[in-house]
Formats: sequence, C-alpha cells, structure tokens
Amino acid sequence: MNFNDTPEEAAYRAKVRAWLEANAPKAGAAGADPLGDEAGDLGPARAWQRKKAEAGYACITWPAAWGGGGGAPWQAVIFAQEEAKFATPGNPFAIGLGMCVPTVLTCGNEADKARFARPAVLGEEIWCQLFSEPSGGSDAAAARTRAVQGPNGDWVVNGQKVWTSGAHYSDFGLLLARTDPDVPKHKGLTMFWIDMRAPGVEVRPIHQMSGASNFNEVYFTDFVLKDSQRVGEVGEGWKVAVVTLMNERLSVGGGASGSSHARVLKLASDIATLAGPASKDAALREKIADWFVQAEGLKYTTFRTQTALSRGQTPGPENSIAKVVSASLMQDMANAAMDLEDQFGILTDPALSPLGASFQQMLLSAPGLRIAGGTDEILRNIIAERVLGLPADVRLDKDVAFKDIPSGR
Amino acid sequence: MDFDFSDDQKFLKGEARKFLEARCPVSVVRGVLDDPARSHDAALWAAVAEQGWLGTAIPETEGGLGLGRLELCAIAEELGRALAPIPFASTVYFVAEALMLAGSPAQKAKWLPRIAAGEVIGCFATVERAGALTEAQVQARVEGGRLSGAKMPVTDGAIADLAVVLAREGAKTSLFLVELGAGGVTREALQSLDPTRGVARLAFADAAAERLGEAGEGLSLAEAVMDRAAVYLAFEQVGGSDRALEMAKSYALERYAFGRPIGSYQAIKHKLADIYIKTELARSNAYYGAWALDSGAAELPLAAAAARVSASEAFWFAAKESLQTHGGMGFTWAVDCHLFYRRAQQLGLVAGGAKAWKEKLVSQLERRNAA
Repeated sequence: MNFNDTPEEAAYRAKVRAWLEANAPKAGAAGADPLGDEAGDLGPARAWQRKKAEAGYACITWPAAWGGGGGAPWQAVIFAQEEAKFATPGNPFAIGLGMCVPTVLTCGNEADKARFARPAVLGEEIWCQLFSEPSGGSDAAAARTRAVQGPNGDWVVNGQKVWTSGAHYSDFGLLLARTDPDVPKHKGLTMFWIDMRAPGVEVRPIHQMSGASNFNEVYFTDFVLKDSQRVGEVGEGWKVAVVTLMNERLSVGGGASGSSHARVLKLASDIATLAGPASKDAALREKIADWFVQAEGLKYTTFRTQTALSRGQTPGPENSIAKVVSASLMQDMANAAMDLEDQFGILTDPALSPLGASFQQMLLSAPGLRIAGGTDEILRNIIAERVLGLPADVRLDKDVAFKDIPSGR
Repeated sequence: MDFDFSDDQKFLKGEARKFLEARCPVSVVRGVLDDPARSHDAALWAAVAEQGWLGTAIPETEGGLGLGRLELCAIAEELGRALAPIPFASTVYFVAEALMLAGSPAQKAKWLPRIAAGEVIGCFATVERAGALTEAQVQARVEGGRLSGAKMPVTDGAIADLAVVLAREGAKTSLFLVELGAGGVTREALQSLDPTRGVARLAFADAAAERLGEAGEGLSLAEAVMDRAAVYLAFEQVGGSDRALEMAKSYALERYAFGRPIGSYQAIKHKLADIYIKTELARSNAYYGAWALDSGAAELPLAAAAARVSASEAFWFAAKESLQTHGGMGFTWAVDCHLFYRRAQQLGLVAGGAKAWKEKLVSQLERRNAA
C-alpha cells in the first residue's frame, strides 16, 4: 500500500509532464471563464483542446479512429492530475465528450459516429444534453417535449427543456423527446441529435440564486428534424438516455470541498467568540475534525478507485458517494464559517467580508451542487438499489399510458 | 498508485474471514455474553494463537510471523466483523506495540515471543477516572521499582498476565511493565457495556514494576501506542460497520410492512445508503492510517486520528441505525443488533473517545499548517 507510481505510471507521468511544460498555457493566458454568464471567449479553450487532441491527450481512452489517444483509464487519470497543475482554460467540452458523443458512439449510426467524434475531440464542436424538463428533473423519463413524425418522415418538435448547461454556446444537443404518449412512459421516448442553431430552437439563460447563469431553458417551436437525426430506434429513447446518464455519473465528480476546512481554521485564527479566540472554540474544532475526515475520506476513496484502474480492474461502487458527501459538506462549512463571522457574515462584498466573501459564495452555490447531476435523494436511491441491492420504489406510472399518468396539474 | 491491500494481503483476509466464520459464529460471542463468569472465549483465543495471528506484526527474530502491520490491519477488520470475544486488541494492538515501540532488547526478547505464542495476555492500564487521559489524572506512582495506586477501567485486566501501566515517576509519568501474577496486585471485574470485552479495576500495593521506555515520557509514549492501536481498531470498526449494514440489508429485504419489503421505502433505503457512505469514508481513512503506520510516516498522529474519528462515527451510526431498521426485534436480547450496538461503543471508547481524538486531529492540523 503506497501512493507511488508504478514504473510504467512514473514514465507516463514524466512524459505527460514534459509535454505539458512545453505546451500548456502559462498562468494568466486562460482568458475569460467560458462557462460563465456570457459565452465568453472560447478561443483559448478551443486552442488548448486542439493541441491536446493532436498529441493524443484529449479523450485518452477513446480509439485513435475517433480522434482519441487509444490509451488506458489510468493514463487519463494521470494526465488529468498533471493538467490540473497548469492554468488551463475552463472546459466547455466535458458534457459533449463525457456524455453526449459517447452516447452517439454507442447507439448512433455509422455515419453519425464518423461525422461527430473527431470534431468534438478537436474542440471544434460543443454539445449539450437536453433531458430535464419543467415537469421532470429527477424523473427524466417523464419528458413531455413532443416529437411528431410527418408523412415525409421528418419530425416536428414542440416543448421545453430546462437546466441545460452550456446551451448558449453549444453547437449540437442530444434531445430526449416523447414520440408516443399512448404507451407507458419509458416506451414512448426517442433520442435525437439536434443543431442548436437551427430555426425553432430558442435558448434563454436561467438566473440562478447565486446570481450567475450557468444553465438555460431551451424552447422548441415547430422545430423540424430529419429522421436521420434519430439516435437509436423509435421508442428506444430511454435505453439510449440510460447510456448517457451512466456516463454522467462517471464524469460528475465530487471533491469540490478541497481544503475548505483549512480555510475555516484560518478564518477562526482571526476571529473572536464570546468565550475567546474562535480557533480555540471546542465546538468549532470538533466540526473541523468532522469535515476533515469527510474531505480526506473522499480523497482517499478516489485513490482507491485509481488503484483499481492502475491494476487494470473495474473500480468498485465506492466513488458513488463523492457528490452526496461533498455538496452537503460545502453547505455545512459555509454556514459554520458565516456563523463565525457573526454579523459580518451578512456581507458579500469581497473587500469587506473575510477571505474575500468566499464562504458567502460557497453558501449560495452549494444548493445547486446538491441538485445537479442527480439530487442527494436520487443518489441515495442509486446507492441503495445498485450498490446494496434494495428493491426499486413501487411505481404508479409503470403500466399506464403516458398520457394517463397523473401530473399534479 | 497502489492504495489498496495486495493480492496476498487480500488472500490472508479472506482466509481469516473463513476461519472466523467457522470458529467464531455469533453463538460464540453470545456464549461469553450470557455467562457472567467469562469475559473471553478461551478456545477461540487458543485457536487464533495457533493461527499465528498474535505475531502477525512481530518480527520473526522475536518469535512472530514478521508479516507486517498491513497484514495485521487486514486481520483486524475480520475480528471486528466477527465481534471476536478475545483479548486480541489489548494484547496485540496495545501491549505488543508498546513493547515494539519502547521496549529494551531484553524486554522484547522476554515478552514478544510469549505474546506471539499466545502464552501471555496483555492489558493497557492508563486512566483512573472519567474524562480524557491527561497527565493530571494519573495518581498511581512508582517508587523504587514498586507501583502503588489503582487503574480502571482496564480492558481484559481480569484475565491478563502482563500490564503496561502509566504511572508517576518523580514529577512526570512513565510507562511500566507489571506482571499481574506477582504479589501486590488485586483485580476486581467490573460491569461493562459490552460484557464480551471484559474490564477490571487493578489495584497495586508495592507491585513490582519495570520501566518501559524513557523516564518521564509516559504520556507521550502512551499516546504513540494509542495512535498505533487506533489504526487497528479502525479496521475492527469498519469490519463491524460492514456486518451491521449487511444485517440491516437482509432484514430490510425479508421484512414486509404494508404489503412490501421495508427495504423498498426510501426512509430505509436512504438510511442504509448513509451507513454505506460513512463506512466507505471510514475505510478510506483507515487505509490512510494503515499506510502511515506501515511506512512509519511522520503524519501517523494525524492519520490515526482521522482513521479513529471516521471509524468511530461509522460504526456507531451503522450499529444504531441497523438496530433501528430491525424495529422492535432489534430491541430484543435474542436478536444480535445489541451486540454490535455495545461493541461500537466499546471500540469507540477503548483507546479514548471521539471528542478527545477530534481535538488531537485539529491540533495536528494546526501543527501541519504552521510548518
């Protein structure tokens, strides 16, 4: 048991490190955050993606025929670790390369695979995922966006998607639509790829409680699709969606809490409570210990997963706990830190609030983390059902035609 | 990255599980629980000694198997899972580690082979009254090689042959080896929360005591021993949590209420998912502790504290929520939940409680941040 690279890993790390030294953008060159409110300048992100792709470091585990590196999962882990040490631009390609394009590669036709893989790897085309709707977040199979096929084979789409990350700068999207409301809900869905810039598609940013706008609503009004844009068979959309969601769970990581417990400790060293210095407050110290073992426990859990990859094994389910732990951890730490700041905790001006108002920002963004990519509740269901083998919930919507399922409105 | 047990260590762990499933079914634990005259299972103790487990981490030159501390961690997890009612922790995690940490060559040569062979049961006697272990609470005193005073609660004190005792020597404290079969020692068995791990009060009146380690280093040596023990105990706790989760899961699948298995209700599913989450975090922290212990890393005090805090929380949560999942049956003497509920507290307290360890953890963190 150790944290050392095997000789093979060490050699790969050295090679990657040398390549990054020679090619990675230097600090300050990253440009505006492309994932922020505005489309920002995607130029630096695209340039960096192309550079990686040309060297085989984008999509390291994908076959070379699709523009990948033809490598092993452990190589991807090492590259990501080393890349994180450089000031590389934000990554607007993650959803496409992590979820959408792999779905096309698994379920799409040969023409689509050949058409979409390489441009996505090169960073020329960006994708978004259009599953969630106002009527179904956790229950993604409850999608109501309707696609109706006309006599010429074309589909006409009407409806609305929501919580679409990056829709405002995406070129393509993966759309889950209701094609038959007369059969039970999982059987009446079909998946399509769509051109986000086509007429009939309207993207509207969502103003989040944190003040930022990372997500969008996407409206479809008499939006026309060719039947050749279908991914998988008619009525098989849910099976295709499951492929996407499996990929999502692999790519939405946790560990966002990082060393925040250390920052609370730092904050405490400058603050007084009624009983003396906050850093000597026993209740706070107990909390810091609790946070520390959660954050460290997650860190070492990812090391266990990496070890499985390094040994050429399939990782166990232990990584399924990451997001459910880290999101609440952030919220708890932010709340306790602000309590420590006392009345100053109300302030959000970075110039006045301790540690640049970082805990206030954390407090306002944490609810999103507890919801996005599977709510805490859905993740606990997944652990209970897939890891522990407990029964699925009794369903009231299983053998009922979709149109007859109660929707509460 | 190689942050897991090796194939050989996993094989050893698998063999230990098979052995304990055969030799330590829950009926063996209950045999001790239901018999007030017994505080351990002597037959199981002899069988475990015969397996060589007591000498897992003791060097071959001292009569052990010389395998290593990771191997001992792997065995500890299985002992915890089986709720083994034997003085393994007292003898191996505390006394053998204290000897390896601070013993003179003569002390090691005298005691370690006998511990490895199962001829000597050890106990670790530090506290005298309620509250965290501090130098101020130590009143037992050694003068001229003779110990006077009293220690309680001492786990396995009623059956041990050899005690490592924290006592005053001049103005400070030191550790001492005391042979409990010699004169000047009175033992009294005490009632405890987990009767499968018996405790005693040891009273000393001019009992012969031989110093273990440097004079005046008693408390810091005791803490270093507890750091080591905390890592092994964390594995026992993880083993116990895992088994409590499995029991809750089986019951949730077989027990029906309102026409369906209770395991199909989210109230139960989320509870069990939370046990799984805490157990996995504890396992990962325990692995870090094991790495620090095995490699002799300077961060052992921090790693041991993290392993202990995480594992104590996990086992307590698993034991209480597994019992809760069993409903009224869980509150009966006949169903095994209370064995885990008792053991979770016993393991959580025997090397010092979570409050004290959290304070140690944060002190270590401050020290590291300042460095």
